[in-house]
Amino acid sequence: MIGMKHILLFLILLVSFQGMDAQVQRFPKPEFQTAYKVPTTVEPAPTSLLMEYVDVLVLVVVMSLTAWFIFKKRSRKGILWLSVFSLAYFGFYREGCICSVGSVQNVSLALFGEGYTLPLTVLLFFALPLLFSLAVGRVFCAAACPLGVVQDLVIVKPIKVAPWVQKSLGLFPYVYLALAVLYAATGTDFMICRYDPFVGIFRLGAGFNMIVLGICLLVIGMFVARPYCRFICPYGALLRVGSHLSKNHLSITPSNCINCKLCKNACPFDAIDFPVEEKENKATRTDFRKFMLYLVLIPILMAAGGWMMSASHRLLASVHQDVALSEIISKHPEVLLQKGNVDVDTFLASGMSLETLNKKAEVVREKFRVGGWYAGAFIGLVLGLMLLNEVVFRKREIHTANRSNCISCGRCMDFCPVEPTGGKKGKKK
Amino acid sequence: MSKPLNRRDFLKNLLRYSAGLTVLGVAGASLAKTQTKTWVWQIDPFKCTSCGRCATECVLTPSAVKCVHAYALCGYCDLCGGYLKPDHLERNTAAENMLCPTAAIERKFIEAPYYAYHINEDLCIGCAKCVAGCTSFGNGSLHLQINHHLCSNCNECAIARVCPSDAISRVSVDEAYRIKGSFGPTQK
Repeated sequence: MIGMKHILLFLILLVSFQGMDAQVQRFPKPEFQTAYKVPTTVEPAPTSLLMEYVDVLVLVVVMSLTAWFIFKKRSRKGILWLSVFSLAYFGFYREGCICSVGSVQNVSLALFGEGYTLPLTVLLFFALPLLFSLAVGRVFCAAACPLGVVQDLVIVKPIKVAPWVQKSLGLFPYVYLALAVLYAATGTDFMICRYDPFVGIFRLGAGFNMIVLGICLLVIGMFVARPYCRFICPYGALLRVGSHLSKNHLSITPSNCINCKLCKNACPFDAIDFPVEEKENKATRTDFRKFMLYLVLIPILMAAGGWMMSASHRLLASVHQDVALSEIISKHPEVLLQKGNVDVDTFLASGMSLETLNKKAEVVREKFRVGGWYAGAFIGLVLGLMLLNEVVFRKREIHTANRSNCISCGRCMDFCPVEPTGGKKGKKK
Repeated sequence: MSKPLNRRDFLKNLLRYSAGLTVLGVAGASLAKTQTKTWVWQIDPFKCTSCGRCATECVLTPSAVKCVHAYALCGYCDLCGGYLKPDHLERNTAAENMLCPTAAIERKFIEAPYYAYHINEDLCIGCAKCVAGCTSFGNGSLHLQINHHLCSNCNECAIARVCPSDAISRVSVDEAYRIKGSFGPTQK
């Protein structure tokens, strides 16, 4: 009988211990004599998850309303209030996550990385603004993006940025995009989120660097309008392409342009193209030669870019956690003997062999070597197309918004003195 | 009825539709790896090495990582490895003997010789000192978890980026917590 009891007890213990697995129950659970009940561990529920679908809905509504304000109402005021709403909702209420700008990385990680499943809402956040940009231009930038509108609202006295400066700095977003995709695809880092300048302001608290970066950009933004959007934003780089090819785009004047130049002065982003003079309008033989030269140059630039990025794969990969650890150990083997480096200590405690670590690092480096070719080639292609664009002439007789640079804020519409019927208005503003 | 299409418009249309198709293509390709569920960040207590970075690296101050107590595993000891410093001078509950820097662990007498320990999450900063203590001298019932009520659910967790043991990963929101006892390496 006693034997039976023991076996039963043993079985019960076995079952209960299996649940704890490797956990060693050094001190057995007491059997309380009093009425004390063992409490259960509280699991605070995540803040409403339905919100993410509400976010998508709000995004669609804001972008549609912006389009309506641009095309039907022609109202800058409407866009202004919409952008204030977006700043409050997406920025301060939803605290800036997830945003379309960062979603580029999630999509790259889902496409190229392992073990990551993309939430549907993130995919929608990625795709919807791009599709909208192909239909109606950069309405996302105008009023939906919290990063954009926070800069838009601090514009005080915008200075004109020389076209060559604007064009050369305009290459940076594509470089940033290529790097961000490369880093996300290799599972190294989400650098767009890491160097997001405004999320710290939305959350009213972040690391020192983040806050300093944000405040600096806002101060610069008082004089150089929307510096992040124009010279940094990697998602803006994509939207720029979408807007360039868009079916419909904001038109400054409701009917016939009288070339009064008021819109040009109203635009803080230097995004208005003015009429080209007759003599500049003709392509010369030299221009044709240049065009052909740049056309040939594109594949060369792509190859050069790809080679350069790929050749620097060791440097690029050194950001990755495993690679960094492997490099520290190979360069300073003495860290293995000292205590104090958390990463090294954890590595030693994990029992992983140095060989395995080095192998893991080598796998990451290989990914960077291959990915570097694509990223570099992309940058080369963009540079080539930019050069090509310099020698392509467009005949323009009126003031028009530059489809790539225009963020559809609607300021120019407000300043246009032309009446929708075609007659001239006496005074407006 | 329709206007004759010139070459530039034709090219532009072509480019626009191919751009649209590219976006849809990328979306379609990633759709295979898409799910409607939401991800949240959580710590695997069995991987955690209580290095202390959770307290310092979180974008929130104090950190959204808090110590939780798996009561079912606790031995209710008087001499608690997570409560008292291992090198405490005298066996009493004076402040200098406490392991927790913010006095977030509350101790309550139940019956001889058992004491219950409770974490005051408002005070806890997620430094994992008690976790280290409880794991090395105890049942390991104290461990870290990300409190989802506080967590901003950043697109990339700032702690996960620097976690030396890769203990932080995205988990499905249905199983948002990994409390020891109900979660283990062999269990799902």
